[in-house]
Amino acid sequence: MPRAMINVPQSVPRGTVFEIKTLVSHPMETGFRPDESGRLRPRDIIHTFVCTYNGEEVFRAELFPALAANPFLSFTAVATESGALAFHWTDDHGATHTETARITVT
Amino acid sequence: MRRLALALALMALPAAADDRRSGFDYMGPDTQAMQRDDTANPGMLWVRDGEALWTRAEDGRSCADCHGAVDGMRGVAARYPVFDDAPLSLEQRINRCRTKHQGAAPLAYETQELLALTAVVAHQSRGLPAAPDPDPRLDAVRAEGERLFRQRQGQLDLACSQCHDENAGKRLAGNPIPQAHPTGYPLYRLEWQGMGSLQRRLRNCQGAVRAEPYAYGSAELVALEAYLMARARGMPLETPAVRP
Amino acid sequence: MTELTRRSLLAAGTALLLVRPAHATPQAMAEAIRAFAGGAAKAQPGRVTLDLPALVENGNSAPLTVAVDSPMTPDSFVRRIAVFNEKNPQPNVAVFHLTPRSGRAVVSTRMRLADSQTIVAVAELSDGTFWSASAEVIVTLAACLEG
Repeated sequence: MPRAMINVPQSVPRGTVFEIKTLVSHPMETGFRPDESGRLRPRDIIHTFVCTYNGEEVFRAELFPALAANPFLSFTAVATESGALAFHWTDDHGATHTETARITVT
Repeated sequence: MRRLALALALMALPAAADDRRSGFDYMGPDTQAMQRDDTANPGMLWVRDGEALWTRAEDGRSCADCHGAVDGMRGVAARYPVFDDAPLSLEQRINRCRTKHQGAAPLAYETQELLALTAVVAHQSRGLPAAPDPDPRLDAVRAEGERLFRQRQGQLDLACSQCHDENAGKRLAGNPIPQAHPTGYPLYRLEWQGMGSLQRRLRNCQGAVRAEPYAYGSAELVALEAYLMARARGMPLETPAVRP
Repeated sequence: MTELTRRSLLAAGTALLLVRPAHATPQAMAEAIRAFAGGAAKAQPGRVTLDLPALVENGNSAPLTVAVDSPMTPDSFVRRIAVFNEKNPQPNVAVFHLTPRSGRAVVSTRMRLADSQTIVAVAELSDGTFWSASAEVIVTLAACLEG
């Protein structure tokens, strides 16, 4: 179970733009590193990140092996209404890890 | 007598201006910013894991069952290594608790779980000055650690002190040589792309001078930890630090 | 073996020559940019700022921030921002998809750098135009090709 940290302000005035910061534990194995015997370790990365705001997609990122391990992503969104922000990370095995955060729009 | 003199020397406050610097000061501004921001510091992922492990029961008993909330660990890591019936690093103490009080198997060094537990405990002491355990039985351990610190080793025949005492602040192929104060461990090292213990770092250095690294948990590494933390007395803990 | 050899060279104080097998090249990066920009369109310099440190202590992780000057309204917004490199094993770094709900076109992340190189960011606007910015980065310790 990967560990993820989400940083979102708890309460934001309507119409303002707020920052969302995310951090998730993942080695982002590139597929270009050899192991001790010289064989390449197979690629194993998170390739897609999606953020939805009350179910509507507001941000998506396609990630490649050039992203650093334990990927950090910071982006913004407009505070439209109170509700749930959802964050989905999908990896090369097809598994998706989801976190949610509540936001109050005043 | 020599032990006493050493103990007094180590216990005495430095009279001259303190020109000790954390490895933090030698880093570029971006890496410093990464350490300062808890929402961007990857080491905090291990602290969060540690918070969860702290309350997870092993064979019916969690750390919290004896120790209460983890913030009660404030000040603990600042004293380590300590002397129980033997010199103990924080990792060894955690493993003792697991085997003696939780009926759990010890965790190997550098496993994600042990790093997480060490990180969350040491994180409670962030900002507090390193305050080595005053138990006099540690004097001989620190003296041994200092001896190892000053001893030439490896094919490159270098002692730790030659780089970290005599040449700290100068550059080695583009990167500054820090003074080697281990106040941020366990820490997130960009070179490792992950979290690691002080013992891992010490073993890396030994490999770098082409010496056979001491085994994890060995008396030599615990002695070095004890010496280095006494040498860093008074400097604030930074766990989880970030280093290049 | 490679790491010990490198470190012993470093300790001896000699300048280090890193010999790299050919992976991505500036041409591969140009190809990837063309593919992103849909072949026909050309990316013009401007509107995009790409922030990377000029000197990176460890190529395993370099912070980057890309921003595009755009009102981010439904009539005028940034659809995608792509980041490319010229010397890592392959030229793509990330593609960010934004919407008018993003509010601002600013994204930060951390990337790997196999060597000192040029990084390019290309933004696709809702009006179909493409804009770009580039940054030069020097790496003192390389990432991907270690080991």
